[in-house]
Amino acid sequence: MAEMMAAGDSPDVLFWVGCAGSFDDRAKKITKAIVKILNKANVKFAVLGAEEGCTGDPARRAGNEFLFQMQAMMNIQVLDAYEIKKIVTGCPHCFNTMKNEYPQLGGNYEVIHHSQLIQELIDTGKLQIEGGGAFKGKKITFHDPCYLGRANDVYEAPRALLEKLDAELVEMKRCRAKGLCCGAGGAQMFKEAEKGNKEVNIERTEEALEVKPAIIATGCPFCNTMMTDGVKNFNKEEETSVLDIAELISQAADL
Amino acid sequence: MGISNIVFAVLLIGAAALFGFQVSKIRRNILLGKDVDRNDRSGERWKLMARVALGQSKMVTRPVSGLLHILVYAGFVIINIEVLEIVIDGVFGTHRVLSFMGGFYSFLIGSFEILALLVLLACVVFLIRRNIAHIARFRSREMTGWPKSDANIILIVEILLMSALLTMNASDQLLQAMGSDHYVRAGAFPVSQFITPLLAGMSEGQLIMVERATWWFHIVGILLFLNYLPISKHFHILLAFPNVYYSNLKAKGEMTNMEKVTQEVKLMMDPNADPYAAPAEPTGEPERFGAKDVRDLTWKNLMDAYTCTECGRCTSSCPANITGKLLSPRKIMMDTRDRLVEVGKNIDKHGADYDDGKSLLGDYITEEELWACTTCNACVQECPVNISPLEIIVDLRRYLVMEESKSPTELTGMFNNVENNGAPWAFPQADRLKWAEEA
Repeated sequence: MAEMMAAGDSPDVLFWVGCAGSFDDRAKKITKAIVKILNKANVKFAVLGAEEGCTGDPARRAGNEFLFQMQAMMNIQVLDAYEIKKIVTGCPHCFNTMKNEYPQLGGNYEVIHHSQLIQELIDTGKLQIEGGGAFKGKKITFHDPCYLGRANDVYEAPRALLEKLDAELVEMKRCRAKGLCCGAGGAQMFKEAEKGNKEVNIERTEEALEVKPAIIATGCPFCNTMMTDGVKNFNKEEETSVLDIAELISQAADL
Repeated sequence: MGISNIVFAVLLIGAAALFGFQVSKIRRNILLGKDVDRNDRSGERWKLMARVALGQSKMVTRPVSGLLHILVYAGFVIINIEVLEIVIDGVFGTHRVLSFMGGFYSFLIGSFEILALLVLLACVVFLIRRNIAHIARFRSREMTGWPKSDANIILIVEILLMSALLTMNASDQLLQAMGSDHYVRAGAFPVSQFITPLLAGMSEGQLIMVERATWWFHIVGILLFLNYLPISKHFHILLAFPNVYYSNLKAKGEMTNMEKVTQEVKLMMDPNADPYAAPAEPTGEPERFGAKDVRDLTWKNLMDAYTCTECGRCTSSCPANITGKLLSPRKIMMDTRDRLVEVGKNIDKHGADYDDGKSLLGDYITEEELWACTTCNACVQECPVNISPLEIIVDLRRYLVMEESKSPTELTGMFNNVENNGAPWAFPQADRLKWAEEA
């Protein structure tokens, strides 16, 4: 972003990579898939790189409001300095926080999740997928990330993309507004679960595997980790893979 | 007017006054909460109330209990028209005063009878669901003792009231057929006609006894039940409406902003702030960060607590609860209400400033419960009357973290990482673009 600014240019959209997308080896692949899609569709975008910092989502949800607000205000200062208007995030948690909570602190941007941007690109003809490629006819189930679905009522965009793949979309028993959490939200990702008789991601993966999908699709790097671990736990890596919507689209478009 | 009318009027006024008194206590307790503005967008709020409270739209997402509930709800609302007649008759010594409406009156009475039967059957099914069928959400840890009895008492009372109504009509129609004085020919009795054989062979005097006894049982039962509501979960029949009206209209993912913190953070980040300046004089009472007790919550949280009818849809959809963790969103609401009732009693006994040394956090809700929440909003989504257990959970977490620096060790580590590296993991911020080099 700094380079673009120095050249007197400005992006159409800022790609907010997020912590998982920057550091987690699995999630980095999702980041790269999103970048491939943006490049293919000739979207003029920028990333903040080292100037990006955690949105503060896990801090706020864990009760540390001070830390959240410090992070938020630092990010808002950077975003405002670059006169950012539109942001696409690779993570529903960043999406929710920046879309709904940054305005409370004076940060007003148009924030969309990457599934919404990709849908927009396809709808406007900027990105084409023919025939769904490798995924044609395959059984795919979609796990709704809580912070995309219930938190922000985005249920259709990711499903619309799956339909573009010509795949067989099968729903789990608990889906959309009734979708079960993967277990990572509310800062659980960063701690051991409290005592119980089962891990949440196991419960959810069990449910996903019941529909015998070739692919469990999701739109959140944390859900991705949780579901991937779940699938490994049942030794089903051969039959079922866990992929982000962006990865599915980029592979189908042969990027 | 005879002595019985005077007795009736006294009972009626007494019951209404006692109910008013009980409601005023609940109102006072709710207003112990902190202020929050929920008076905006009134058009949208009325529509939401019409759809969710009046129209029961969230109930039917679970069809069996949803449809049965609609029967009881419709029965309750519509049969209350007859209570109006009963009250007029009771005060003025008339009998079936509305019968001048003729055919329409018969239609009304006939409908009430059918509804009464449906309510009765629904309540029987509910009793079976709660006590015999193995439905997990009625068998949780918090559903033993009083909450379990409360639910059964409500159902049994409703069954008794409906039975009394039908028996009353059965004896009434026999008296009508006999041409007994006072018993005008009126009404249609599609259900109670099947009860009349049980009363066959009774003399006129005995029938009048049965009719009067069931009439009094029905109305006194209703007046007693009215005054049972405020100490029961059944109070939801009234609070459901305002509680939905005052719903949170924002995106579920948005958490409330703490203004106090914003002021401090702004000051901290202001390059023109004088580091040696004396701190500004505090205005007003020092407030806690987050919530430790019920008074730290908002009045809407407290209204939520009184509105909760302990159906457990929240708990049965909670990922933590499903996987055996201690957290139950329903228990969060029940604890909040029970603590609020306790605080209210303390105020009555010892005055407004009395501190009993107890608090919602610790004495009612444990840290283990709070730290099991994934903030997934399933409980908020499920609640048929738009209660938010999540707001309370987050406010209690805020108190733990910001006032007592108590959080699970790994979360303390996460906080440090966010603070030092701008990420929840211990990776340096400078490496944020490394993925691009690997491409």
